[in-house]
Formats: sequence, structure tokens, C-alpha cells
Amino acid sequence: MAIAREAEPVGSLSEIKEAGLDREDLLGIFRNLVLTRGVEDRGHILYKQGKIPGSFYTGRGNEAAAVGVATAMGPEDVGAPLHRDLGVHIVRGVEPWRIFAQFMGRIDGPTQGKDGNVHMADARLGLIAMVSHLPAMLPVAVGCALAFRIREEKRVALAWFGEGASARGDTHEGMNFAGVRRLPVVFVCDNNQWAYSTPTHLEYACEHVADRAKAYGFDGVVVDGTDVLAVYREAKRAIERARAGEGPTLIECLTLRMEGHAVHDDAFYVPKEMFEEWAKRDPLERFRTWLRDNADFADEEEEEIRGEVKKLLNDAIKRADESPLPDESTLLDGVFASPEDLETPHHK
Amino acid sequence: MAERTYLQAISEGLRQEMRRDDRVFIIGEDVGVYGGAFKVTQGFQEEFGQWRVIDAPLSETAIVAGCTGAAIMGLRPVAEMQFADFISCAWDHLVTVAAKQRYRAGTPVPITVRLPSGGGFSGGPFHSQNPESSFAHIPGLKVVCPATPADAKGLIVSAIEDPNPVLYFEHKHLYRRIKDEVPEERYTVPFGEARVHREGDDITLVTWGAMVYTAGEAAQKLEEEEGLSVEILDLRTLIPWDKRAVLESVEKTSKALVLHEDTRTGGFGAEIVATIAEEAFEHLDGPVSRVTAPDTPVPFSPPLEKAFIPQVEDVVAGLKELAEY
Repeated sequence: MAIAREAEPVGSLSEIKEAGLDREDLLGIFRNLVLTRGVEDRGHILYKQGKIPGSFYTGRGNEAAAVGVATAMGPEDVGAPLHRDLGVHIVRGVEPWRIFAQFMGRIDGPTQGKDGNVHMADARLGLIAMVSHLPAMLPVAVGCALAFRIREEKRVALAWFGEGASARGDTHEGMNFAGVRRLPVVFVCDNNQWAYSTPTHLEYACEHVADRAKAYGFDGVVVDGTDVLAVYREAKRAIERARAGEGPTLIECLTLRMEGHAVHDDAFYVPKEMFEEWAKRDPLERFRTWLRDNADFADEEEEEIRGEVKKLLNDAIKRADESPLPDESTLLDGVFASPEDLETPHHK
Repeated sequence: MAERTYLQAISEGLRQEMRRDDRVFIIGEDVGVYGGAFKVTQGFQEEFGQWRVIDAPLSETAIVAGCTGAAIMGLRPVAEMQFADFISCAWDHLVTVAAKQRYRAGTPVPITVRLPSGGGFSGGPFHSQNPESSFAHIPGLKVVCPATPADAKGLIVSAIEDPNPVLYFEHKHLYRRIKDEVPEERYTVPFGEARVHREGDDITLVTWGAMVYTAGEAAQKLEEEEGLSVEILDLRTLIPWDKRAVLESVEKTSKALVLHEDTRTGGFGAEIVATIAEEAFEHLDGPVSRVTAPDTPVPFSPPLEKAFIPQVEDVVAGLKELAEY
């Protein structure tokens, strides 16, 4: 028996206008979805070309969940997105060339070659870099929300985690503390149904991860993570509730991880029919159809967006490839922070 | 100057820093209404309110990771572990996130974690440990172990000021037993500068925390009974540690012994011994030796615990053996 509310799709242009998006915003969302997928597709090619060391992870199937939530964030809000949430970095304005530089271990990546793949963040854009241990950033985001509460700021922290990570204690400690203190935080579960090769029924025994929210004293909602507008509407509602002092919300975005855990993994363990079923709900295609049906999305508009993204990606890869690899002499730099390092927007 | 116990000195340092800087807040289990299990924050919630002295649920990870998030947002959090032993529950966060965030992501994490540590009162295996070496091994964390009231106050202020995660080990056995003159104004004690607890010429004894006093008694005894002159260095901080002071003293005495309350294998003493062996080999007239707890959990019953924690007679025996070498 589900306890969490199950969100409905967004029916019309007027409905999404009420939620705060005009037509131009919608085209921006489409562009961000195309760009997110574009960065990952091109990254995959770079990986196959041997230009990306280590491994490579994509969020194929999760683009709408990431872009939808990030679109609902305010400029002063913060969050710690995960490796399936490249779209959050895109929406917040991280330049694609810096993302490619990060993938390739170059000095112009946000981590300057000290860390790889989506383990990055531009603090100036309100993002905090994730670690591999999931959901380690969840209680960190709760701490951001605690700071907002202490200073009585109307800001909200976003905490991303996966359904696999929902099995770890950090999830419990973070949500429990946030519930007890009614902190301005929104928990976003990217439920892509597979934690590497482990299916949901081996991760949790309730129907939805979001069902747990009630036990922590706040609301849970399950939303179709392939529906960018429904994700946006639910995230917006949760973020504004948090901002108004009404406490946390747990949003579960249900998707399917459309590729392996990382590029080495062919996901043989995922039933073929499951892929076929979810391929019909491709987030980009779905939103494109919605725009055509509800917002007179014209071919020329789509071509213009796709053309702009293609050029952006080509330029980005070229620029990233010109960025040097880090010099060995920087190996020991930055283990400890100096007082000047605290002069970032967030440390003030 | 005013006479303060070690505990009062920590408390005074915290209180002054909270009055001076409204970014500083305290979070921990029972730190508010109750004033902390050891009463370090007694009266704080009345003065600073419940959002600057925060009673947290029993969630060490949420406490320490919450501090990291708040620090990245510009605050200066001080977490209290009820006992240093419980930091194992937040070890993952400190090691995985806090220690690495500056190096890999350019985000400093200025947090202080207070850790009431050490044994001597039948606290048993889970209320008596000295887990400093497991953190000293992790690049990106600083480790502080004050022995005197004056250092306890100055180092807590330095820990809060420092732009890095600082583990502040406060020895429970010193809380009310050690009393000394402490400056009343705010001041800092720099990290990485050892304090000469006792000057001497024959043997260098390197230690920190409560063992400083055990070392002092042993040195006094040997001077009276054998005329042996022992120089005691109180490291005060382990990360960074004052390598130069240790090497200079060893150059003078030619013999060195490291004493710690933590267990032996992989204890921080091993690092000091190795450094002396590498960098002061030509000055040595004897093996660099250690007096430590044995490699066991901390036992509960008084005779067992006494046998576990290095006692004055153990240090005397170690120093004598080294002197006779």
C-alpha cells in the first residue's frame, strides 16, 4: 500500500503557467534536456576514443528528473547532485567545456584533475561536489539547510540520493534530523530501479521510497521522473514549502536507468522488455511531444535549439581538449585549506 | 590570569569565541539543556539560544556531516561527540567528505569536532579510547591534543579559526584534575609548535594529552633517584606535528622515547619513531623506543585498565632501560 502521494502529469500550458513557467522557460527546459543528453553522448564518444581516463557514467533516462528539479531551484538555493544529475549542473549554468575538461582530467575542470566524472561542482552556482559513497551528501545538504535556519535565510537545500543509497544509514540520519528540526531541505530520490545490478526489491521492502517520508514527519510524493513538467511542479511546490518554513519533502522521481551502471556494464541483468517499455517514455521525446501538443512547438524552433546545442558541444570539446593536463608539481597542493580559501561566496 | 580547570578552559574558549563570532555554533547530543555529558557547555543554551546550541538526535553522522554543510554555507560549527569513541560512527563522513573536499573540489570545510577521549576511570571499551592515529593517517584532517588548561583554551580557539576539519581531542582524565593559570582574554595557540614541558639533557620523551603528566612524574622520580635528566616535549598537535622540535631535542640528548595512551601498532608514536630513525640516525645513541598501551581494547575492571594504560612505573622502566643502553 502506497503511503506517499502519487503525482499526476501536467495537463496543459495554463497549468504549467500557474506553476511558474512561461513558454520561453519551457523552450529553455527543452534546450537543457538536449544539452544534458548531448554532453553525455559526446562524453561517451570521447571515452571510447580513449580521451577520458577511468570510467564514464551517464544519466540517460534521468535527464528530466535532474532538469526538472534544478529548474525549480531559486538562485540562492544550493544542492549536491549525483552522477545521474548532470542536468542540474547544466541548469545551474556550468559551462559544458568545463564539464568535458573535468571528464578528461584537465586543469580547467572544476576539480582541476583532482577528481573525475561528475564528482564536481561550481560552488559559485550553489553546488556541492558529490563523493562516491552514497548518500554521503544527503546529511551535508541537511547541514546547509541548518545554516539557513540558524541565519533565518529564506534559502533551501536540495539533497539527491538514489534508491540504492536509501538503504544506507546516512539517509535515515539526515532525514530524521531534518524532520525533527523542520529544516528547509528537499530530498530528491532518483529511483532508476537499479543500483548497479541490484533491483529495488532487494533494496527496500516498502512500495515507494517516498513512503518513508511520513515516518520522518513530512510529506512524500512519487513522480514520473520522465515527465519534466510534473517533476518541476512537484519540486517547485516542495521548495517553496521549505522556503516558507513548512519543512522537508521527499520527492521520488521514478525512471529507468537506460544504460549500464557505467559504460563497461551492458546491463544484461535488466529485462529487455523493461528497456523497451521505458524507451517509449524517453524524457526528451516525451517533452517534445508535449510541447508540440500543448505549446505549438515548431520544427524551426526545435532545429534552432538543436543547432545551438550542437555548436556549443563542438566548441566545448575543442576548448576542453586545449586545456592542459595538470602538472605533477600540483600533486601536493590543496590538501589543507588556507584562510584565503574561505573567501568563496558560500563561506561568507 | 585566572585559575581554571582544563574543562573550564575549554568552556571559556568556546564561550568567548561564540560571543565574538556569531557564525560559531555548537551541536551535539545533550549539549543544550543538559550542558553536555561533561558540562563543557553548561549554561550555553541560556546565553546563545537553541539555534546556536543545538541538541541533536543520536546521529553522529548527521551531526558531523551537518557541520560540514553548515561550514560550506559560511558558519563555524563545533560538534561535540559525547565520547571520542563514538566518532567511529562519523568516521566515514570525516574521511570521505570533510577530509577530501578541499583537495578534490576546492571547498574548505572549517569544522571543529570535540572528542572527549582517554581512560582511567573504568569507562570500558567504548568510553575510553584514544583514536587519534586513525585520523592522523588521513590527509586533510588536523589533530589536536591539548594537555594544559592554557593550551586547551588557545587550541580550541585556533581549531575554530582554522579553515580545515580539526579533531580536538580533550582528555577526560584532565577535565577536573588539572588546574592552572589561564589568560582571561581570547588568544590562540598555533598548531604544530611543541611545548617543552620539562627541560633535560639525557633523554627526549615525546608525548601528548594526559600522558604529559605521567611523563612528568616519571621524569621527576628519575631525576631524584638516578640523577637522570629527561626532556619532555608535549606535542600539543599531531597534525601538524612539530618535527623540528623533536629532532632538535634528539640531537641534544641522543636518545628518544615516545609515550602514548593509544594502543601500540600503528599508533602515532610509530610515525615519530620512524621520523627520528630516518632523520636523526647519526645522533642516536640507543634505539628509539615506545611506551604505549598494548594492542587490546580498553578493559573495564580497574586492575586490567591500570595494566592497559601506561603508568609512571612503566615510563620509569622504559626510560631506565634506554638510559642504560
